[in-house]
Amino acid sequence: MEHAAPPEAGPRSFVARLRDGDQVAHIITLVFAASILLITSMLVYELWVNSHLSRAKFGLMFFWTRVWDPIFDNFGAAPFIYGTLVTSVVALAIAVPLGLAAAVFLAELAPRRLSDGIAFLIDLLAAVPSVIYGLLGIFVVVPLMRTVVGPVLIDTLGHVPVIGVLFKGPNYGVGFLTAGIVLAIMVVPFIISVSREVLLTVPREQREAALGLGATRWEATWKVVVPWARTGIMGSVFLALARALGETMAVTMVIGNDPKISASLFAPGYTIAAVIANEFTEATGDLYLSALIELGLVLFLITFILNGLARLLIMATERGGGHPS
Amino acid sequence: MKRIVLSSLLLLCLAATAGAQGGNTLLLNAAGATFPYPIYSKWFDVYHTQHPNIQINYQSIGSGGGIRQLQAGTVDFGASDGPMSDDQLAQSKFKILHFPTVLGAVVPTYNVPGVSGDLNFTQKALAGIYLGTITKWNDPEIANANKGMSLPNSDIVVVHRSDGSGTSYIFTDFLSKVSDDWKNKVGKGTSVNWPVGLGGKGNEGVTGLVKQTPGSIGYVELIYALSNNIPYGNVQNAAGKFLKADLAGVTAAAAGAAKDMPDDFRVSITNAPGATSYPISSFTWLLIPAQISDAGKRDAIKGFVKWMLAEGQSYNEGLSYAKLPKPVVAKEMKAISLIQ
Repeated sequence: MEHAAPPEAGPRSFVARLRDGDQVAHIITLVFAASILLITSMLVYELWVNSHLSRAKFGLMFFWTRVWDPIFDNFGAAPFIYGTLVTSVVALAIAVPLGLAAAVFLAELAPRRLSDGIAFLIDLLAAVPSVIYGLLGIFVVVPLMRTVVGPVLIDTLGHVPVIGVLFKGPNYGVGFLTAGIVLAIMVVPFIISVSREVLLTVPREQREAALGLGATRWEATWKVVVPWARTGIMGSVFLALARALGETMAVTMVIGNDPKISASLFAPGYTIAAVIANEFTEATGDLYLSALIELGLVLFLITFILNGLARLLIMATERGGGHPS
Repeated sequence: MKRIVLSSLLLLCLAATAGAQGGNTLLLNAAGATFPYPIYSKWFDVYHTQHPNIQINYQSIGSGGGIRQLQAGTVDFGASDGPMSDDQLAQSKFKILHFPTVLGAVVPTYNVPGVSGDLNFTQKALAGIYLGTITKWNDPEIANANKGMSLPNSDIVVVHRSDGSGTSYIFTDFLSKVSDDWKNKVGKGTSVNWPVGLGGKGNEGVTGLVKQTPGSIGYVELIYALSNNIPYGNVQNAAGKFLKADLAGVTAAAAGAAKDMPDDFRVSITNAPGATSYPISSFTWLLIPAQISDAGKRDAIKGFVKWMLAEGQSYNEGLSYAKLPKPVVAKEMKAISLIQ
């Protein structure tokens, strides 16, 4: 923006430009933008340095080892990586269709006043502390899972070939599925709120053109408006995924905290964020602490990879012919 | 908005005047165990009102955190539910003394449909349940100790703490003493590799899971069970007697162990001898550096420990903590002189 000065003024002194505010704004915003980079790299650096002991001892085996034994100093991340991914996938499998459908209704079909009112409530939901969702999970979702939902799923889907293994085994009420459901409740406001905003920004001409060509309201919405907004919608999904991956409190309250890899969604499991929160304060051994920090590094890596994949996905779909934003 | 600004300004002023008054106040920082936090905050509060010039700020961040912060020199003294290991003491740059403060105990709590009375748990039964070798409620090891009770043929759902805690330390210390299998396969610690079971976060998480899950068993602190009216079972002690935990039984366990108390007070009193000793009991300790260069802080800490051993103990039972037995108090009084 510093080149925007009127040409007749000629080259101006640094002080003059400072007084103008342009340069100041430039520097301040640059510093703030750079601080993001700095914080991220410091985070990675700290995690990397402090996980040295564990990396040196376990190497890549850390990713495969299924044991987490603080007493005999044997640590592996596999059950935690598995739990983190499974709960997040379950959460998204529930939250994306739900959130997207709600967003389409609010943006396209509902009267504006109703839509704004509900959007306000949804933003409120997004601000509820996670421990509240955890309590909701313990007192409502867990008993419901144990007495109603679980037995029904075991009796029905449990007998279906292939996916049946997901719905077998003892049902304690806590486990991957319960954690996924609680996470879905937590992330759905993000998807609805952001997707609705994005859908509302789709130009009216797009709809009118589709309707003018003879499309029904539903066709105009589903084939024109939603594809136009899909970059933003995917953005909302990845925001939701990020929250699901890193969620600690609500998950640890309903997942059962048992570091095992089980095919059944009813089995108890563990996530990376939950084990760090549970064990960090009481971790005494150096290797133990180092392994917990390495788990943090692994979580960072997972988030990094998934974010990268998300970018690729968005780029690929845009090449396939979306709007040119 | 205006009101918020005004009230925060007011608060700031208050804080500033409080700070100004406290010009001569000696501030001691401490951190560590969460289990004794209620009694510690009571002690530090009463001690401050009696000695207005000494204020002790205690952060209950967990025993592991307390040990780390003490070793890093960020606190004046620490607190831990488990004694520091020989390795930890060897790694420390300075000598650290242990001072037992109060006693705690761990009790088994359960939810077995059709069983209303107190269940008796043999040492073998508890170890077997937590090892996963005893899986049914009507297993002979449980049934034989509970004649006359109708135990269901249902699976036992084991619940343990998921967060690292002194409670788990005491419980696994007990299991290690009564079962060689446990000692060799699992061991004792604030977090262990549990062979079976679900993890609940905190005493409340374990209680919540046990209450909701038919056929479950868990363990919680005695204080937590007493203050929340949670029913709990009897445990067989070293003398073979089944005892329901209470404060007297815990103090008796400490007295039973006091005869062989080592000079550094690092002693485990689980499965202590004596017919009245409750077997899953433990001390909790203050960790104090042997050398304190700041004379003011040294005197303040010594003064507090002396007070804690005398008057401080009278506050214990009001908060459901067991008192230290007299011989231990006497031994600690002598050990105060080691702080230099």
